[in-house]
Amino acid sequence: MVTLTIDRKTVTVPEGTTILEAARSINQEIPTLCYLKGVNEIGACRICIVEVEGYERLVPSCDNVVSEGMVVYTNSPRVREARRVNLRLLLSQHDTKCTQCTRSGNCTLQDLCNDYNLLGDHYIKDLRPTPDDFSTPVVRLENRCIKCMRCIQICDKVQDMNIWDLIGTGSRTTVGVAGHRTLAESDCTFCGQCVTHCPVGGLQEHDDTGKVFDALADPNKITVVQVAPAVRAAWAEHYRLDPKFATAERMVTGLKHMGFDYVFDTNFTADLTIMEEGSEFVERFAHKERYAWPMFTSCCPGWVRFVKGQMPKYTANLSSAKSPQQMFGAVAKSYFAEKLGVDPHRIFVVSIMPCTSKKSEAALPTMNDVCGDPDVDVVLTTREMVRMFRGEQVNPATLPETPFDSPLGTGTGAAVIFGATGGVMDAALRSAYYLVTGSNPDADAFTNVRGMDGWKEATFSIPGAGDVRVAVASGLGNTRRLMNAIDAGEVEYDFVEIMACPGGCAGGGGQPIHDGKEMAESRGDVLWGLDKNAAIRFSHENPDVLALYSEFLKAPLSSKAHHLLHTDHEGWKMPNQK
Amino acid sequence: MSNGISMERVDQIIDSYGSKRHHLIAIMQDIQAEYKYLSPEVLERIAEKLHIGVAKVYSVATFYENFSLEAKGKYIIKVCDGTACHVRKSQPIYNAIREYLNLEGKQKTSANGLFTLETVACLGACGLAPVVTINDQVHSKMTPESMIDLLKQLEKEDAANE
Amino acid sequence: MSKMTREMLNARRIQAKMAADAHTRTVLICAGTGCIAGGSLKIYDYLKTECEKRGISVLVNLMDDETQCAGHAINMKKSGCHGFCEMGPLLQIEPEGYLYTHVKIEDCDEIIEKTIIGGEVIERLLYTLDGVSYAKHNDIPFYRQQHRVVLENCGTTDAEDMDEYLAKDGYAAFEKALFEMTDEQICREIMDSGLRGRGGGGFPAGRKWDSVRKQPKGKKYVVCNGDEGDPGAFMDRSIMEGNPHSVIEGMLIAACAAGSDEGYIYVRAEYPLAVTRLKIAIAKAEEAGLLGDNILGTDFSFHLHVNRGAGAFVCGEGSALTASIEGKRGMPRVKPPRTVEHGLWAQPTVLNNVETFSAVPLIVRKGAAWFRSIGTENSPGTKAFALTGNVVNTGLIEVPMGTTLREVIFDIGGGIKDGKKFKAVQIGGPSGGCLTEEHLDLPMDFDSLKKLGAMIGSGGLVVMDEDTCMVEVARFFMHFTQNESCGKCVPCREGTRRMLEILERIVANEGTLEDLDLLEELSATITETALCGLGQSACKPVQSTLKYFRNEYLAHVVDKHCPHCNGRKKELQIDPTLCKGCGKCKRQCPMEAIEGQIRMPHTIDTTKCIKCGACWGSCPFGAIREE
Repeated sequence: MVTLTIDRKTVTVPEGTTILEAARSINQEIPTLCYLKGVNEIGACRICIVEVEGYERLVPSCDNVVSEGMVVYTNSPRVREARRVNLRLLLSQHDTKCTQCTRSGNCTLQDLCNDYNLLGDHYIKDLRPTPDDFSTPVVRLENRCIKCMRCIQICDKVQDMNIWDLIGTGSRTTVGVAGHRTLAESDCTFCGQCVTHCPVGGLQEHDDTGKVFDALADPNKITVVQVAPAVRAAWAEHYRLDPKFATAERMVTGLKHMGFDYVFDTNFTADLTIMEEGSEFVERFAHKERYAWPMFTSCCPGWVRFVKGQMPKYTANLSSAKSPQQMFGAVAKSYFAEKLGVDPHRIFVVSIMPCTSKKSEAALPTMNDVCGDPDVDVVLTTREMVRMFRGEQVNPATLPETPFDSPLGTGTGAAVIFGATGGVMDAALRSAYYLVTGSNPDADAFTNVRGMDGWKEATFSIPGAGDVRVAVASGLGNTRRLMNAIDAGEVEYDFVEIMACPGGCAGGGGQPIHDGKEMAESRGDVLWGLDKNAAIRFSHENPDVLALYSEFLKAPLSSKAHHLLHTDHEGWKMPNQK
Repeated sequence: MSNGISMERVDQIIDSYGSKRHHLIAIMQDIQAEYKYLSPEVLERIAEKLHIGVAKVYSVATFYENFSLEAKGKYIIKVCDGTACHVRKSQPIYNAIREYLNLEGKQKTSANGLFTLETVACLGACGLAPVVTINDQVHSKMTPESMIDLLKQLEKEDAANE
Repeated sequence: MSKMTREMLNARRIQAKMAADAHTRTVLICAGTGCIAGGSLKIYDYLKTECEKRGISVLVNLMDDETQCAGHAINMKKSGCHGFCEMGPLLQIEPEGYLYTHVKIEDCDEIIEKTIIGGEVIERLLYTLDGVSYAKHNDIPFYRQQHRVVLENCGTTDAEDMDEYLAKDGYAAFEKALFEMTDEQICREIMDSGLRGRGGGGFPAGRKWDSVRKQPKGKKYVVCNGDEGDPGAFMDRSIMEGNPHSVIEGMLIAACAAGSDEGYIYVRAEYPLAVTRLKIAIAKAEEAGLLGDNILGTDFSFHLHVNRGAGAFVCGEGSALTASIEGKRGMPRVKPPRTVEHGLWAQPTVLNNVETFSAVPLIVRKGAAWFRSIGTENSPGTKAFALTGNVVNTGLIEVPMGTTLREVIFDIGGGIKDGKKFKAVQIGGPSGGCLTEEHLDLPMDFDSLKKLGAMIGSGGLVVMDEDTCMVEVARFFMHFTQNESCGKCVPCREGTRRMLEILERIVANEGTLEDLDLLEELSATITETALCGLGQSACKPVQSTLKYFRNEYLAHVVDKHCPHCNGRKKELQIDPTLCKGCGKCKRQCPMEAIEGQIRMPHTIDTTKCIKCGACWGSCPFGAIREE
């Protein structure tokens, strides 16, 4: 243990503790900007500097460890002045049009500049004339970037995709994918982790709220919205509401208030996905020799892009089932349109997703199976939905609860856990067990695939089918390790669930941003809690899914189901595929 | 390839370093020594063969002053603008070359593709200031006049060789 | 190849010494970058062919053919840099010790006839100063006042011939370290010598080595920093080109001391000749069994690689340099952990610069006490400086630490060019500060300079005369630094750029008094908060010029007129009513844009004029005006 003095208070901390952590342990906050624990500890922003007695220069507290007898001042006049100068320097290359930025009010730079009372301009504004590229789901805004390198480090260390890097040196330093390429031409999976870890508005999702407002105002359009499982665990964070209060049903009221004709639940098609994918697995498992192994889930578009871009030979191993989002679009424009007796072209499907990559999935040329229009017209992230709520003056704290509309609004406990890592596997095993044995397993029989470990594995015995070896990974860095191990023959599995974002969709790139805080685990817990308390916990027991089969699709893997609910992953190419 | 870069040769160079990542700088130096610049195709190929992101390769290429991502002229003129050369008036030489070659704005290579003009921080030949190198050959104690004479001579030589 | 043993090495050294003694006449042609640019290699080839034509056998290598040594043979070699680059191409003839300057091909026949054969001196090729000509190299004031230790062999041996190095007791220190000393003893010896790193900060080398030695056993590296990036410094280049084996030997000794088996020399991209010479030296040392596995039959192995830099000043910083060797962007990282614990590939690493390693063999061979007998108490030994700028004798010099600036600039350097007055000297490049008249008698060593806010840095000395605008000098260095900033930390990335903008404003006479406050505020924060040494010292030129030459800033800011430069870049014209036709401006003009007969009003050709303002400062009548 080391004892030191911070702002005249004595503190004892374990050896190797940074000054920053030591100060925080006694509730003395030190502002940081580039620092991201365990990911970005490069000491670049020089905001967390403190004064240490006996040191000639100011010391960054994020990467200097304490020593015995150290005397630290976190807010001396010298420190304050240096922070102010460094903040002003950052502002000299920052487009300070905060009113036009999605991160206004949730921006560490803005907070710090307000905190340090930086009024007026001091240096030449040095903005770059380069136009921003709005062609991708993830958008980088040159003049908002503060070159903290968090995006680079998240992409390298956590996601192991190495899409971003620094370009140039000196004051010309910027971040990009390489001068001769655009982001669209890169191998980017659009997972959006760089967006959720940007301390400012330098990276954001492509804003599609305008299209939705237009559709809502168009009397010829029948607007149908679906809400992904993970959204309900995060949507009210902006309003600082207790998750127990901020239920999905309150969100339904908000969406209705905005004017959506039908508010449905992606949980419905998550259950449908289990029926299709589970049946597919059982079929493949019964005829092992005909298929490539292991079988991979296909509901995460970031992961699908990863396979196709990084290890294309495993594309055939992906389940051919579409993701719940895409199944929803296909069902809404076929089954539901028929029910309404309207032309499917009039149906406008919006999805609210915790995800940026879903925008690219909806835009794939292979995702227009019903009438030629895209099955899903617009994808909004959770953040965009919240922005729409704000624009429409929706105040969730005052909203009553409204149930999802019928019939595409019914979901089981097995569906809601799609939003957490391991959830798809858990749900699939519950139904696969039933499909093979004809009886339900304990709904909590597969807990080994739950939890925040990046790479989990388990073997379950299904009577009549044998041992099923499964693995679950989240985060593309873990995914690459797992895939390399499979490729090298070091591990063998039958069924693998992959989610591109650490912790699954709960920690998705489209979720609300809390600088320096990882929310995937607590949001996942909300979802597991919903499952625990759900009346129905098996996808194959979803009454409206069963009705869909009996009225329309006939059976899982039927030819109609194939046409609408399955896709050819080879039907489109990643930029690097020749 | 239209830009005259042989990908087989590029592969050879990369292979000669065992496709090791830490040789990235040396690989790019060798390729540039042959082709005077690094084309996008070259950067992509290096990334592919070294199993690193192309952003990384590009990042390193833009970090070091010596790498050029644009095609260059036959003669690369580097005017030293180190302290000693600056004090001994290297800037007029630079200006004279720009004027002689009709270089405008950010243009570095003459329209006929013969000359590329650059500055260099310090060649370490400060005793001979001001110094200019042409294709790495050092010319010392230059003046704007002797510089232009040298350019004329090179043009003549080049025309004779054609 | 049979393994070299210690006995075999000693035998070869004795042979080399005998061969060296046997040569009565030696012709040394300087083959440093400077003299090569002046055509010294052509002179070498010409002399060699012509001598052979006249029946004089020419030995290129020391041990070429021993049987011929006694006869009419002469030893003709390409030497490393003599340091007197201003006077190149240089040719030295032994045993008389004649030094010929500005040698041309046309002089060669006469040199052969008169000097090589006849032993007679050719007066007109000698160096003359103030009407006195100096026949011998050692008599020339430029050399007489120097104390050449590290550079001693630079101008006298052929860098590509390892036997020459051996003849001068080369690798004897390494032998001693390897066979007669423990690792601890080597570190102790270097610590006792007080050798401090010659690359900048002046950290004691022995302590660094000892820290690495004490790290747990395992992979360790020895890295030589040859990324001499300071504009205006070239001593490391001269050593690498002129005496590469001394660097290798120093690194071998460091490897013995630290327990390392692999090393890297990182050389600036702009030094292709240094790379070639080092590679040749390494190949020869490998061939002789001095590098590689089981050196001289012991368990000690050491493999040495040469890495070429690619043009990034910041790679002179330790952690940036190791990152660059690893093939990455050369961006400094936060320390601690220090390089001695976490250096190249995260392994303990000894990192010193060329001059430091080059001093090591001498210390080990001659002892710490000998080294301490030179220089000052806290900064023992000698230091090489690159003397450049407005000084009569530019070139590479070596003097004991503690020598005063006056001795260096006026005695060795011969004073200011063209009889002008001394104004300031920039020491340590863009990371150093400027010193003025009042500091001329200050002994130069690590600590005294640090107190003044300057630093020895790598040893560049740029002398500036009375006509120099110090605001422009500050702008020049800031332009350099902001361009070379790696882009990682905010104060350096953004701050140096903002500093430059302010300085540009001031130079253009558009600045305000508030700008001076901004410069001071920014300097303070950049110095206090930048991540690495480059950023922390980036503002030194500004801070020191603000301190010593504030009046020049005020001339730009308040008077809007600098007597030394034409800040506004407006067209210049000569007022014919004021011009007396003295011709001073005409002589000053770097573009020869001024024409006119003596005693007649002169005119400026605006198509040639670059608005540098040199004429403006020179006119005694105030006849030059802005349009």
